[in-house]
Amino acid sequence: MTNEIKILSPCGMLGYGFPEQSFLRGMEEQPHGIVVDAGSTDAGPHKLGAGVSIVSRRAAKKDLKIILENGVPKKVPIIIGSAGGAGASVHVEWTMDIINEILQEQNLQAKIAIIWADIPNEMVIEANRQGKVNPLSPNIPALTDEIIEQTNGIVAQMGHEPILEALREGADIIVCGRAYDPSPFAAIGIFHGKDPGLSYHLGKILECGALCAEPGTTKDSILGYIGDTSFKVKSLNPARRCTSISVAAHTFYEKEHPYILHGPGFTLDLKECEFKELEGDVVEVSNSKYIPAEQHFIKLEGARKVAYRTFVLAGIRDPILLENIDDIERRVKEQVNDYYDEIPQSDYDVNFYNYGMNAVLGNKEKAVFTGHEIGVMIEVIGKDQELANSICATARSTFLHFAHEKRKSTAGNLAFPFAPSDIEFGPVYEFSVYHLMEIETNPFPIEYR
Amino acid sequence: METLFDMAKVLRSKNSGPFELTMDILFDSVDKYQRVKDSNKITVETICDLYNITENEVRHIVFFDPAMGIKITILRDVSSGTVGDRDVYGAQQHAPLMNILID
Repeated sequence: MTNEIKILSPCGMLGYGFPEQSFLRGMEEQPHGIVVDAGSTDAGPHKLGAGVSIVSRRAAKKDLKIILENGVPKKVPIIIGSAGGAGASVHVEWTMDIINEILQEQNLQAKIAIIWADIPNEMVIEANRQGKVNPLSPNIPALTDEIIEQTNGIVAQMGHEPILEALREGADIIVCGRAYDPSPFAAIGIFHGKDPGLSYHLGKILECGALCAEPGTTKDSILGYIGDTSFKVKSLNPARRCTSISVAAHTFYEKEHPYILHGPGFTLDLKECEFKELEGDVVEVSNSKYIPAEQHFIKLEGARKVAYRTFVLAGIRDPILLENIDDIERRVKEQVNDYYDEIPQSDYDVNFYNYGMNAVLGNKEKAVFTGHEIGVMIEVIGKDQELANSICATARSTFLHFAHEKRKSTAGNLAFPFAPSDIEFGPVYEFSVYHLMEIETNPFPIEYR
Repeated sequence: METLFDMAKVLRSKNSGPFELTMDILFDSVDKYQRVKDSNKITVETICDLYNITENEVRHIVFFDPAMGIKITILRDVSSGTVGDRDVYGAQQHAPLMNILID
């Protein structure tokens, strides 16, 4: 027990919140590190494209305040992975601004290491020309110079190596740009000489907070222990417990494969893992295997602006309209196209989402509609915002007054919940870069402040 | 005959990265897991039929005994959060699996 390294994970996403009592129970165990993940690609490409966060500044500060005011005075290293939602420089600075504000308010001093994860577009263009950049799956288009140039804020997922260096330099707080989610956790174990397989597998579990417990949630704290031949996880809230199945099943979560995980410079093989329930609702895991890769690849992420959007939400309750909805929507779109015959149809698009009918699954929906009302979202995509607004206004008024032959509700077809009805959404982004790039030297510079 | 939805403890979908969708079917008893595994209903053909996709769009179908779970990973038609996507997190795309009947 004396040689165990303890890692406290406050929650699955910085700014999601966690019960302070759970976190303090973790602090009582004198952890060797407090590590929290702050980013994900889940919420979509706009975070990278527009340089915005997923959580509010208020929520990020609320979580960080608890972490800093407990960790900094006790000299427990604090690591934030994928700062600010996507880990580009703008997100890192957003996080640094909050950290500095808290340190000042609490009158705390700390040595801060920032590990940047931005990859210059020119570096990607050069590597791409040399054939060192490959898409991660067959449905990702190959990169061209044009796509790379149009992409904002390309980042790469760092491994544990630069974080390890910052720990060796004695940093109190390490703010990482984009990181492979488990890496900031794994860095603590590896720093203390533990097996990288166990360190990474534990990191994979801890990065989601208490999601591996029963009942699972990302909004609660969890504690991990790494020994020499196994690691353990324990819930810090008596309302949850870890079971061998809940922990084993966790590696399924949002990963393409249940027991083969690819990280920067390695593969993690969890096929032979053993999950054992110990006393006190602790689960012990062994046999996680770290297999170093022959070539070192890093995963690049980047987003570019592809269009502008305006949309409108409305309800339809009339049975005759519902019965003929597909036909009506098709003809509304035709009328809009006819009205704007001077505008090329490639400059804009009108899409209808019929909530209550098939909006979630689209053409994969096999259930037959039997409801009495639906929500319709008219979405207009345009090459600029003015065009999207204009087309949406015309599509909305055309739909509202569309004279379907069989209708009895001749005064209007749509129930708008709000006035004004049309919502200017702004730019729409896409993940334009989601590729592996082969590297020879570490592209993640460290800055100390 | 029981539906997969009735037998599973967890039946969910989520992105695995912005270009893939992954479905997890987890069970709370070895019997139920084994019955589904042995039924040979969770196949590439079934997934292609339910999701209107072709064989090469099915990335993995893996049965993982220690976790009593099945994972199915397919390619997304549209990447997460861009024009034409209907489900940014991919969190409601498990529904087509619910009514698979198991003997």
